Amino acid sequence: MSEDILEQVTQSEYKYGFTTDVETEIVPPGLSEDIVRLISQKKNEPEWLLEFRLKAYRHWAKMKMPNWAYLKIPEIDYQSISYYAAPKKKNLNSLDEVDPELLKTFDKLGIPLEEQKILSGVAVDAVMDSVSVKTTFKKELAERGIIFCSFSEAVQEYPDLVKQYMASVVPYDDNFFAALNSAVFSDGSFVYIPKGVRCPMELSTYFRINAINTGQFERTLIVADDDSYVSYLEGCTAPMRDENQLHAAIVEIVAMNNAEVKYSTVQNWYPGDKKGRGGIYNFVTKRGICKGKNSRISWTQVETGSAITWKYPSCILKGDNSSAEFYSVAVTNNHQQADTGTKMIHLGKNTSSHILSKGISAGLSQNSYRGLVYVGKEAENARNFSQCDSMLLSDRCGAHTFPYMEVNNDSAVVEHEATTSKISEDQIFYCNQRGIPTEEAVGLIVNGYAKEVLNKLPMEFAVEAQKLLQITLEGSVG
Amino acid sequence: MDNSKEAQYIDLYRNVREVQSSVFEAYRKASFERFKRLGFPDDKSEQYKYTNLTEALSVDYGLDNHNQKELIYEAFTCAIPGIRSHLYFVVNDTFYASDEAKNQVFPQGVVIGSLKEASRLYSDLVAKYFGKLSEKEEDGLIAFNGMFAHDGFFMYVPENVTIDRPIQLVNISEGNTNQLLNSHNLIILERGAKVQLLVCDHTEGNARFFVNRLTEVHVAEEATYEHYKIENTSSDTTHISSLLIDQKESSKTLTTILTLNNGLTRNNISLMLNGEYAEGLLYGMAVGDLDQKVDNHTSILHNKPNCHSTELFKYILGGESQGGFTGRIYVAEDAQKTEAYQNSKNILLSTTARMRTKPQLEIYADDVRCSHGATIGQLDETAMFYLRSRGISEDEARLLLMYAFAADVIENIRIEALKDRIKLMLEHRLRSGVSQAASCILCR
Repeated sequence: MSEDILEQVTQSEYKYGFTTDVETEIVPPGLSEDIVRLISQKKNEPEWLLEFRLKAYRHWAKMKMPNWAYLKIPEIDYQSISYYAAPKKKNLNSLDEVDPELLKTFDKLGIPLEEQKILSGVAVDAVMDSVSVKTTFKKELAERGIIFCSFSEAVQEYPDLVKQYMASVVPYDDNFFAALNSAVFSDGSFVYIPKGVRCPMELSTYFRINAINTGQFERTLIVADDDSYVSYLEGCTAPMRDENQLHAAIVEIVAMNNAEVKYSTVQNWYPGDKKGRGGIYNFVTKRGICKGKNSRISWTQVETGSAITWKYPSCILKGDNSSAEFYSVAVTNNHQQADTGTKMIHLGKNTSSHILSKGISAGLSQNSYRGLVYVGKEAENARNFSQCDSMLLSDRCGAHTFPYMEVNNDSAVVEHEATTSKISEDQIFYCNQRGIPTEEAVGLIVNGYAKEVLNKLPMEFAVEAQKLLQITLEGSVG
Repeated sequence: MDNSKEAQYIDLYRNVREVQSSVFEAYRKASFERFKRLGFPDDKSEQYKYTNLTEALSVDYGLDNHNQKELIYEAFTCAIPGIRSHLYFVVNDTFYASDEAKNQVFPQGVVIGSLKEASRLYSDLVAKYFGKLSEKEEDGLIAFNGMFAHDGFFMYVPENVTIDRPIQLVNISEGNTNQLLNSHNLIILERGAKVQLLVCDHTEGNARFFVNRLTEVHVAEEATYEHYKIENTSSDTTHISSLLIDQKESSKTLTTILTLNNGLTRNNISLMLNGEYAEGLLYGMAVGDLDQKVDNHTSILHNKPNCHSTELFKYILGGESQGGFTGRIYVAEDAQKTEAYQNSKNILLSTTARMRTKPQLEIYADDVRCSHGATIGQLDETAMFYLRSRGISEDEARLLLMYAFAADVIENIRIEALKDRIKLMLEHRLRSGVSQAASCILCR
């Protein structure tokens, strides 16, 4: 009975599939020291940054791509990827100067810049491919001393801050993709919240992948100084493409004494078509450090897109009494694969972390949760509670759970719970009996299942996230 | 791969080419090829992440030790009050039967004895089952076992035969020179057969032992098999035990793995549910102190629909002991209506003890009920307070709580007398600590 409905609701196509004709400037494909120098030169970077890139490149050249994840990844030819692409028009002062095509793209995505500017009070740093095109609300933020700008701008304007914090959380040799990113990163966002400042608005960035065959290598750095607060939103959609595109970003968060950082992601890149052709490879290194006392970092993610998702937004709880949270909904459909989760590294005293992960797999997809909770020798009174649930919507998909717990201190309390289930006939029957048609019932149950996580999203995103879940799973929309 | 450790054994294999039963020969060769490819597992391998064998393998061991002269096994009667078991021994790597067991008359068709002998007397039977489960395992140590193991325990229980008294197999590692001991046990239960096997592990002497044992168990349709393993070995022992159980339709197994005293222990337990309505229950407990290391690496494969598995492991770790637990549950694509429950609960008693758990659920079917939980913590303070406020001394209260914690596992033992004995041994173990002699002294 419910099988047909399930089939229907899990068959919807990607809604945001289109490309924009914006002239882009692309360096020739391939990766070598010369390319790294070229990128650095194009961006007019200081000597120390070039040195950093070269160091990372030399290290990367010696590394092999890891293969331990529960993913089937077609071989990636790193020499056929172009490592830099920038829309030609730059340095714009007002919206009028922005390529109309580009504005249309944003409109289609539901991000009318000017409207959003006035109505929602959200400062948007829209990133198209690699170079930041438009930054709004900068002035208002600047009045409070908040720095929110593109990464390359930060390199020019605030080199000391960038130098101090860049790669302090994710070192250049951390892993294969982090090394790659460190060598060729093109742009991204930089946020600095000064001491005692509460950021008055949600900061958000919309990422889009646009040019053909261009890996996107974003680098985001968020520094929250003592007693500050910031909520950062990241959302992305990408146009429909047949060729796989590689995305290897780095996000670093530093939270000092009593600071709080909330990082939310809605990820809806092109997942490939029903036969598993195309789609984005999303191999991101995201890590935050609770450096100061009483600091707090919270990751929330809703992952519905990408052909392959491979990421573990993590927290290092170094400051005493610091806490971290990870809330995740990962939906996979058709041939999508996801191996995602988190790492909570408890090092300071009285630290606590909470993990809540909800996986939903449909079609022929494979969805894995992989997480590590590590309690160091000196980490007195560490607390962790992890819950990861999986829901299966077809009999040909897979849901996997790999929670690692490593405890080296006897005062720690670490708990883990996981369940795997499908929507039971009882639940559907219960809804039917009360006059709710099966299709709606499935949507209701899935949304209810993910509610705990969706509730953690800021208002602006909660709506979008719910829609995304519907688009991915319910045939009625889109 | 750093070949230095492997090379000496590869040479040894080439040199020591004892004439073997033809049943073993092909398996030995295949194992040799596999070992050349895999080598010993190092700490970089995901499978052996929580077991570091580097130190244990750096010791110079002797291999050829089946020329036992003086039988010491009579000292280990391992009598448990209330149980009259059929007693067998594997001393180092060679099989012996007790006098009582030799004279025992079993129901028609039952064969219990040495694997070496069985491969001569019942070559067809042994050939049909020998190495069939282990040959697929991608584990360097199992391959290593295949190269050198030449004897072990063999048991065949024909259709609808129930052996009413437990069979007891006592493994003794004995001697004053360092030894690497490989043995291969083969257990076959035909349709509807029933048997209980009690396996005890001991060491005698001051040498370093590296025990590498492989046990293959075939449980046919509707058969019931119970396996109790109790380890009580010296702190100089490295104990690797691989237990592979193949279950057919409607068969039932109960496996209990108790580590009371040891050096470095690694139990690989693989339960393959290859028939519908099969049931596999797996329980384990470990008490660690000093620098003891226990790693239980379990794998339950739900290959057919309507199977049930329950898994519970509990560790109590003090001193500088290290615990590891891996619980893989695999549900194949068409294994609908699977029920698989897993739990790993652990108590750390000292700041220097370590515990690492790694549940691993791989689920390819949608109509399943799977859950797992894992906790690492300490004794409940409120419960302690409750007991203390009623005039129970701190030590006694602590003991009571640990005892209650372990009871969840012990209560699942189906041999009453064994249950009582294990309770007593646990209490003794918890009271005396490891520094005292092995608590198995009670059984002598």
